[in-house]
Amino acid sequence: MTKLGRTLFAATCAAFAFASASLAQDDTEKALEQYRQMLKEDPWSNPGLLDADRGEALWTTPRGPNNVSLEQCDLGKGPGKVDGAFAELPRYFADADRVMDVETRILWCMEKLQGFKRADLVKRPHPGGGAPVKELGAIATYVASKSSGLTFAAKLAHPKEKEAVALGEALFVRRSGPFDFACASCHAEPGRRIRLQGLPQLARPEAARGVIGEWPAYRVSSTHVMTMQHRLYDCFWQMRMPELELGAEVSVALIAYLVNKAEGGAISAPAIKR
Amino acid sequence: MRLAVALALASLLGASSAMAQQKQAVDPARVDAAVKAAFPTAPAEWQSRLAPDSTLKECSAHDNAPPKPVFDAIAAREKASIEYPPDGKFLGDWKKGEALAQSGYGMRFTDYPAARANGGNCYACHQITKRELSYGTIGPRLLEYGKLREFKEAEAKTAYEKIYNAQAAFPCSLMPRLGANKILSIEQIKDIVALLMSPESPVNEGR
Repeated sequence: MTKLGRTLFAATCAAFAFASASLAQDDTEKALEQYRQMLKEDPWSNPGLLDADRGEALWTTPRGPNNVSLEQCDLGKGPGKVDGAFAELPRYFADADRVMDVETRILWCMEKLQGFKRADLVKRPHPGGGAPVKELGAIATYVASKSSGLTFAAKLAHPKEKEAVALGEALFVRRSGPFDFACASCHAEPGRRIRLQGLPQLARPEAARGVIGEWPAYRVSSTHVMTMQHRLYDCFWQMRMPELELGAEVSVALIAYLVNKAEGGAISAPAIKR
Repeated sequence: MRLAVALALASLLGASSAMAQQKQAVDPARVDAAVKAAFPTAPAEWQSRLAPDSTLKECSAHDNAPPKPVFDAIAAREKASIEYPPDGKFLGDWKKGEALAQSGYGMRFTDYPAARANGGNCYACHQITKRELSYGTIGPRLLEYGKLREFKEAEAKTAYEKIYNAQAAFPCSLMPRLGANKILSIEQIKDIVALLMSPESPVNEGR
């Protein structure tokens, strides 16, 4: 957490301590909203922009065993076309014969074009607390930032895309694991919190539009950019499930389901979050 | 709890079955296979986490609002899972219960080998004491739980059963089956019951 963040957090905590119990919930919500607004007030203070820049350099630099850049990587709008590509993902890619979200597609390009080994890329794909987002995540941050200001417009009309959305919906409500959790356990009702953290009601388009376009996002609490695949990995961790593999069909299907719900929602990636 | 009651009522009225029917677009075997493939590093002893048991299957299929025959069958099945304290006492140590209510430790893939006992993580979803302001709102408010129930012995037993297996009381409740799923031990559940039911517990502090 930044010094400012810590100060704000301490001030917020102090405010909570003096609040009377009956008013605590309203005050809590107001204070949290004020904190979120302060984070957003100066968009150039977002450290996630540094990762977008790092991602751009990684995209254009020849790398990997084949020593080529990603400028021939087709994100769906033609090789090397990055502007607006994220807004139309996930989508079906005929060359891979599967639906892919931005991270899965970058993973595929790093493997097929640059010659990186997939097994190495999926081994430890997400940063620990305090460590910067990994290379693939930085590239995804760059690609997403090039759709910032647009709205989600994934067509999701191809039979395989429709299948992905339907699979995502089935997964969203599917309960398993020792805690009996589904995504819907926390994200199906409006206005719920875990501790002080508000939970978006992701099955409702108005709510999904408000948050899905923020990812990849800089997380103040973990001081790094977290990608959407990392976000899902972390949800499954909390759900007491095993480690979700980067690029697994499950993660792509959930992202397709969420993006479908968020259709028309603004993309503001990388956003800054608590 | 309120939610579970509402869901139960909705299911009694048969409101949910039509909605649940429309959701069967994806073959469950296809979903199971995708989930199995998504967690390739899961050790053998974790495989059971990947698939819903019969109760969860029924809950997911009915949007957690099963029709009455299914509701009753789940309640009976889950009630049978409850193991009671051998000494017949339901109240442990409320201070230990408060620590368990605060702790979200346990059973995540970063929690092995276990550094300490699993927590109940009750505050994640419930308001429990007036002192703790960082509480979630997925579950019902539990302030003055024991006082409102006049500290009755039978209510302590009911609380024990709810914590051990929430689905025995409210089929398809969102709450984890903390005893039945071996998250908490019998002794730990007694400590949490004491947090709710002891006259000395901060849960029951007067207004």
